[in-house]
Amino acid sequence: MASQADNLSGGIGMNAAAVGFFGAIGALLRYGIGRYVGGWWMSSFPLGTLGINFAGCLALGWFSSWAAAQKRLPAWLRTGIGTGLIGAFTTFSTFSVETVGLVRDGLWGMAALYMMLSVIGGFALAWAGYELYQAQVRQRERRAS
Amino acid sequence: MAHWIWVALGGILGALARYGLSTWGVRKFPSLLPRATLFINLSGSFLLGILLGSGASEPFYLFAGTGFMGAYTTFSTLNVEIVQLMKKREGRVLALYATSSYVLGIALAFAGDYIGTLVRG
Repeated sequence: MASQADNLSGGIGMNAAAVGFFGAIGALLRYGIGRYVGGWWMSSFPLGTLGINFAGCLALGWFSSWAAAQKRLPAWLRTGIGTGLIGAFTTFSTFSVETVGLVRDGLWGMAALYMMLSVIGGFALAWAGYELYQAQVRQRERRAS
Repeated sequence: MAHWIWVALGGILGALARYGLSTWGVRKFPSLLPRATLFINLSGSFLLGILLGSGASEPFYLFAGTGFMGAYTTFSTLNVEIVQLMKKREGRVLALYATSSYVLGIALAFAGDYIGTLVRG
């Protein structure tokens, strides 16, 4: 059954088009940032991916709770930005493979640090994004009353 | 210039594959455990491991690795789903989801990388 938001935006085809378009932008941003960081960061520690994944967790934590409260936000834009842009910007497979690469190079400590920072930081930032939106809502309610 | 196009093309297809699989999966196998994202992240880690181990050439890696697998798998959705499970107080599902994602993801990347080096010979 199509939701009201689907009707507003033209349905599944429109959502898929938005996911493809925004997905390309997300992947390009990830590639560009990775190249930029690789230009000056000389350590084997995967700083680029960690920064990208951290930023994406904060962004999606905020965006998904904000978007859930926007009744008139078209479904294609919600899906395009959440699933397409932020989903494609962050990456799990690169994280896994980079961890394996560090272990293969004998950099056990760095591999453990990368894993710990990713697991804890990713969760903390997604939570922070969620809480940031809740705080904005409370502030707005206080102003209105 | 061409390398940006490979990444963009892979990114379009990877994001669409994730969107299609998760939309279908959520409808077909509804569960508290985000099985679709779990499957996507695990399969993507395995395949990227193979790609890296086999020593794929630069343009192909940019398309299939950086573009497709990078956009197909997602770190942000995983963590937002973990936060949602925490808000629902589903501690056991949360622990199962987080542990299987990270432990199996890295194990499968290892296995893929090993298989890739065998393919390369």
